[in-house]
Amino acid sequence: MHEMGVAMQIVEIATASIPEDLVGARVAKVNLKVGKLSAIVPDSLQFCFEAVSRDTALEGARLHIMEIPVRAVCNACQNEWGIDQPAFTCPQCQSGDITLLSGRELDIESIELAEEDD
Amino acid sequence: MLLDGINTIRACHHKEGHPHHHPHGSDQPVETHSHGGREIKVVRRVLDANDIMASVNRKLFAEKKVFVLNLMSSPGSGKTTTLEKTLQHLMPDYRCAVIVGDICTTQDADRLAASGAPVVQINTDEFGGDCHLAAHVIEKALDGLDLDSLDILIVENIGNLVCPAEFDIGEDKRAVILSVTEGEDKPLKYPLMFRECDAALLNKIDLLPYLEYDAKLAADNILQIHPDMPVFETSAKTEEGFDPWLDWMRTCANEKLK
Repeated sequence: MHEMGVAMQIVEIATASIPEDLVGARVAKVNLKVGKLSAIVPDSLQFCFEAVSRDTALEGARLHIMEIPVRAVCNACQNEWGIDQPAFTCPQCQSGDITLLSGRELDIESIELAEEDD
Repeated sequence: MLLDGINTIRACHHKEGHPHHHPHGSDQPVETHSHGGREIKVVRRVLDANDIMASVNRKLFAEKKVFVLNLMSSPGSGKTTTLEKTLQHLMPDYRCAVIVGDICTTQDADRLAASGAPVVQINTDEFGGDCHLAAHVIEKALDGLDLDSLDILIVENIGNLVCPAEFDIGEDKRAVILSVTEGEDKPLKYPLMFRECDAALLNKIDLLPYLEYDAKLAADNILQIHPDMPVFETSAKTEEGFDPWLDWMRTCANEKLK
């Protein structure tokens, strides 16, 4: 539901990432990492991004979303596993003392510039 | 540099010296050769600006020794009533204030003001009707509060089990309220919220005799998402089960006030 704000941040960060000597460069693609536990709906994000990128260097750019699975490590028995169900106890020793290794990402990895006259 | 990129989510928060990047500015040298297809590494959290602002808030709360609770829930789970009763019990011993977020209206603020605690109402319709309170919105609300004369600040977030979980506001602890009219499976449907919180309240237990609700299943589902998290079964209306919740608040506050 906050995809609009997230899309605006993406446009802002991506715009600021275009090197200052590349005036007029357009962005063709934005590579994102989105953890499965993050509260983002990719379709909504895409929709909002199209709306807020209009008249910016990102207009028409493609959002490439790499979904990152949720992984955890058990602090009691060091077991490492992937969480694909809403259950956060160690399947090996049933401890609840776990640390999430991934799944909370909402990161811009890189931007790809468009060929000129695209 | 600290505030670079803070003008997020329609709440433009321009500060002097805010180093905006304007790649299309006329003072920039013009690139003549081809740069097409070039990939530029960014590697930044999208909510970086919020996280930076949250750490500014957190540092301020630490300096001023104010315990800050971020109270979240779905709409209608009893946040405001829980807060009214919580303030009633804590106010004799602690100096409390509240920041209350709603998309529209000041009804919650009006109810909470009756407690005698300073209340700052945030209406996010100014900010585009946001579904959560972001760190810069809290920072702005702090203008209306004297942190030197406070022990506890409770932020009543927008009623929503999704978005507020994603936004750090600089708080010390987070609590979520689930009410027994909402369905036992809610923790499984909104795992991030229950994962991110430090305590949960299962509220409106005075209604249990009239409902086919399995309170144990609801509590178990919360613990499946966040093992070992304290779950308080409460009725804000009758104050049944309120003491363990109040003790938790006092323990957290005392820890911060040390």
